[in-house]
Amino acid sequence: MSVDAATVRRIAHLARIAVSDDEVPHLQGELNAMLAFVEQLSEVNVDGVDPMTSVTPMEMKKRQDVVNDGEIADDIVANAPATEGHFFLVPKVVE
Amino acid sequence: MTDLTSLTLAEARKGLADKTFTSLELTDAHLSAMEAARALNAFVLETPDQARAMAREADGKIAKGDAGPLAGIPLGIKDLFATEGIRTTACSKILGDFKPPYESTVTKQLWRDGAVLLGKLNNDEFAMGSSNETSCFGPVVNPWRREGSNTTLVPGGSSGGSASAVAALLCMGATATDTGGSIRQPAAFTATVGIKPTYGRCSRWGIVAFASSLDQAGPIARSVRDCAMLLRSMAGHDPKDTTSVDIAVPNYEAAIGKSVKGMRIGIPREYRLDGMPAEIEKLWEAGAAWLKAAGAELVEVSLPHTKYALPAYYIVAPAEASSNLARYDGVRYGLREQGRNIIEMYENSRAEGFGAEVKRRVMIGTYVLSAGYYDAYYLRAQKVRTLIKKDFEDCFAKGVDAILTPATPSAAFGIGEKGGADPVEMYLNDIFTVTVNMAGLPGIAVPAGKDAQGLPLGLQLIGRPFDEETLFSLGEVIEQAAGRFTPVRWW
Repeated sequence: MSVDAATVRRIAHLARIAVSDDEVPHLQGELNAMLAFVEQLSEVNVDGVDPMTSVTPMEMKKRQDVVNDGEIADDIVANAPATEGHFFLVPKVVE
Repeated sequence: MTDLTSLTLAEARKGLADKTFTSLELTDAHLSAMEAARALNAFVLETPDQARAMAREADGKIAKGDAGPLAGIPLGIKDLFATEGIRTTACSKILGDFKPPYESTVTKQLWRDGAVLLGKLNNDEFAMGSSNETSCFGPVVNPWRREGSNTTLVPGGSSGGSASAVAALLCMGATATDTGGSIRQPAAFTATVGIKPTYGRCSRWGIVAFASSLDQAGPIARSVRDCAMLLRSMAGHDPKDTTSVDIAVPNYEAAIGKSVKGMRIGIPREYRLDGMPAEIEKLWEAGAAWLKAAGAELVEVSLPHTKYALPAYYIVAPAEASSNLARYDGVRYGLREQGRNIIEMYENSRAEGFGAEVKRRVMIGTYVLSAGYYDAYYLRAQKVRTLIKKDFEDCFAKGVDAILTPATPSAAFGIGEKGGADPVEMYLNDIFTVTVNMAGLPGIAVPAGKDAQGLPLGLQLIGRPFDEETLFSLGEVIEQAAGRFTPVRWW
């Protein structure tokens, strides 16, 4: 399988990465090189094989249903590019 | 005082205990070495004030007889580990000036045991790379050069800063991480020792995530024993990482010097690649001969799905990365670029903040997880991963204790030499190491010799799950037989 220019733009949008028109051919070539490389997986017989979900067999651990952290709003907003009090500021999303 | 930097960690521990020198002297010697080696670009942040404060504290504890196992030992920390109040960037522009308000579990345990932080080490951006050329701080230079040449070589990646700093005697050991070979390949390129422990051995909490089902932390140091000492402090159960395993951490150092007599060492025929350089083949045979001389038994084994590990990795790892890196949105931390609306703000921030390799992998990951392609790519790759793991299980079930392979298909290459138009050329570096991540197994790279141009080459040993001890015992045999290798100082 290979991707065309329109697909490259669609993937970039899904990944929320802005790409300019002159970047598209370059990205298309690189993505197609990767897709050509992974193509060899189609020759493996995977009938009846379960997909891996956990590389180390283990029972999922459950945490105690208790509050053990919190009251650190100052820390949480400390690295944000734009804040007001304990809120993150973003461009307007609701008209 | 510069000769203090040439001690191994074990030797330094003895010197500190015997009061031959103080941690402050040892730390200052390393800070001077770092300053003189800035041409290597191994450190992206030096923390001399912090280092001296921690060294003084260690000296106080040593004087009181209250010293932890790593008291006063100066270390470098890969910039993927969150360090409280100290800039942590994963060597990506998108994290900007991020100062974590928390400490990663692995580094917290190192400080608990008395180690000293010298600074943060360079790596490929988000650990995505095999040459340390994708870092937003620029490439790291390998302290090794080809004989009679001034060409600058890569130290490997993604833990290139860790490997370069340890090889150049800028720190006694370093933390590193390994998703597809990022500890073992740079160790092999710089004649250092690096171990990726079993998945689940070290907590991933506070380590910038790349591909969560493959990422593991481990040490890079100058001897097998030094790695054993560091891993003992780094490993252990952590309730904050649900994939961290709740089993006791052995005293790995006790495995050093233990007899390997009667151990069965698998030599996998699928690792004998077409066009493999003769000197790699020779090194591999030498390694087998050393283990045999120490009493181990060599057996040919088969890992039939080996060739599919790298392509499966380049579906699984980017898929997980695309999901993990969704958090970089210009809202909660890091870089923000303005846009006319929130979507444009996300898109512009990520376009400006991510480098080319990261964008490529996030996009491939997005594609293989997108509607209509999930089954064909991602699900198939996860099934292939099951088969890769089964290959190893079958091998171990036949009584094989460990598997010996080359660590890399070549020695270090020049900066700018690989991965121009076709990213796959660079990816092939990890062909011998990536299988181990796919199966979650432990793997150690040990220096074993040099190529015709005088560059170091390494061997890899792969072990059963949670049997790092056997790797230390066998690694020690190789180290004793091959000797240790130090680059000639030119910087």
